[in-house]
Amino acid sequence: MINLLPPNLPYFICITLLLIGLYTMIIKKSLIKKIMGLNIFSTSVFLFLISMAYRRGGAPPIKAEGVELYVNPLPHALVLTGIVVALALTSFALILVINIYKEHKTLDSEKLTKL
Amino acid sequence: MNISQHFPILVIITLFTGAYLAPLAGLWKRKLCYPLAVLSALLSFLFSVVILLSVLEHGIIRYHVGGWEPPWGIELLVDPLSAFMALIVSFIGLLAVVYSKDYIAGEIPDKKLPAYYSLLQLIIGGMLGALMTGDLFNLFVMTEIFSISAYALVSIAQKKGSLIASYNYLILASVGTTFILFSTGFIYMVTGSLNMVDISQRLSALESPWVMYNGLILLVIGFAIKSALFPLHTWLPDAHSIAPSPVSVLLSALVIKVGAYSIIRSVFTVFGPGLLEQSGVVTIPVTWMASLGILLGSIYAITQTDIKRMLAYSSVAHIGYILLGIGLASTASMTGGIFHILNHALGKACLFFCAGAVLHKTGIRNVEEYTGLAGKMPITMIAFTLAAISLVGIPPTSGFMSKFYLAIGAYQESWIFLAVILLGSLLSAVFYFRVINLIYFGEPEHKSGVREQGAEIGGVVHRQPTTDNRREAPLTMLIPIIILALGSTLFGILVHIPLSVVEPAVKLLLGM
Repeated sequence: MINLLPPNLPYFICITLLLIGLYTMIIKKSLIKKIMGLNIFSTSVFLFLISMAYRRGGAPPIKAEGVELYVNPLPHALVLTGIVVALALTSFALILVINIYKEHKTLDSEKLTKL
Repeated sequence: MNISQHFPILVIITLFTGAYLAPLAGLWKRKLCYPLAVLSALLSFLFSVVILLSVLEHGIIRYHVGGWEPPWGIELLVDPLSAFMALIVSFIGLLAVVYSKDYIAGEIPDKKLPAYYSLLQLIIGGMLGALMTGDLFNLFVMTEIFSISAYALVSIAQKKGSLIASYNYLILASVGTTFILFSTGFIYMVTGSLNMVDISQRLSALESPWVMYNGLILLVIGFAIKSALFPLHTWLPDAHSIAPSPVSVLLSALVIKVGAYSIIRSVFTVFGPGLLEQSGVVTIPVTWMASLGILLGSIYAITQTDIKRMLAYSSVAHIGYILLGIGLASTASMTGGIFHILNHALGKACLFFCAGAVLHKTGIRNVEEYTGLAGKMPITMIAFTLAAISLVGIPPTSGFMSKFYLAIGAYQESWIFLAVILLGSLLSAVFYFRVINLIYFGEPEHKSGVREQGAEIGGVVHRQPTTDNRREAPLTMLIPIIILALGSTLFGILVHIPLSVVEPAVKLLLGM
């Protein structure tokens, strides 16, 4: 099934997600939706890194007899680190949003810039 | 095993250890956090002095973290440029930690002190890590470490508007760091390596440059957001002006410089001098944006009435000088640009410390109210004047020397850039001399207790016999101010000392 898909499909999905994320961050007024946009944006980059590592017919990167082709394990390690960073960033941004709401009683970025 | 081999990692590790110990010490006694932070910053500063000396003597240090050989393991690469930057960062970081003690007591609640000192050490440690690493992905991780600490430090005082400033900074800068990760992916895709030296060797053997250009452009955009290059500077004025003053110093004097340093690394080390001829795709737009930043940053600064906002906009202009020098990529302009990193760090740190001292003692933020402060805080105001003169670029100070080199480099390229540098200096003279004029010669308005200074203007000193009249900041705040003011003056006369480091750094970068 997976062999029927064009091999560069993940890259197109990645770019689409990237643009959706950027669009959300620029256009949406709600501070929470901007954070969602940021998450979509960074996830698209993770998808890019993972799809880059994939080899068609590649085995998991554990050394075994008679296996020649492995998928590249290094980008997965990068993505794990990236996810940890994104988690820290998102949780901190959400705490900021909670405090902004407590202080100003609104999450509309246009109203907040007028203050 | 000789301990001196491990100095590159010790510079970073002392601060990260301190960052973990500060909250633990805070559980026991909150008073312990400050001496702990000073100790770890001091150790890190001493290590970076030793590293700079040994780099100048023996050449580049390559340290393999955990004993793993590159390209598999993470490598720390210390050349003259990174040792020079690391010395600036650890020195001004140390001064900011020292300065924090009295300043921060009035700004943030007592129970947040351990968190504050922990974040302060994390941000300095993260910057030192970003300066010393020779691994592209590690550069991304270190950039995120100091960025997240910076977002938290901007909002730690919870003043009006600081949360929103921190949020805007977070959103924009995260786009930048995600671009850096994206570009790391592109570069890994075509070279199969993350080690900077390894990448540059493999890239020069590459035939199709398009994926490479893509990686380079994304990398430079990412770091341009970090370093507030002109059209991407919108997060800077709010974040830098609303943060507590020691944090403003770290952000304005160091964080944006580390962004500029990373641009140098990615253009000159990763892509290498061999590919530089073709990389006009990056250097030409950077040069023009930097020129626009010099002019518009200065013009915005003129219109500000809040002193810290004015200094923040001036930082936009000065990062323009640095990146203009780097973008022109000739020997003279690079020397000027990298030398200006030192001068702007000293000068802007001094100005923000002075503004913080005034804010701490009198609560004044508005430039108009600086009238007659020379009588109240003479030492602080002399330091303010010296640092401002250095940033404007008037001869005996160090700011003149770096602008002189920049001007030579700019003139070799085109008269337009020379005009930009001269015009930018004139514009910065407009807003700095307005403040200096108010401090020393301003007519006091007859309100709120500044009346007694009026008599000094005629040369006759009629000071009221109150001890309250001279109110210098406490010593922990005054000493950093004096050191920085002396530094930005003395390096203009003893100019050979910084140049003895900058010149080998430039030669190495340009591959000569």
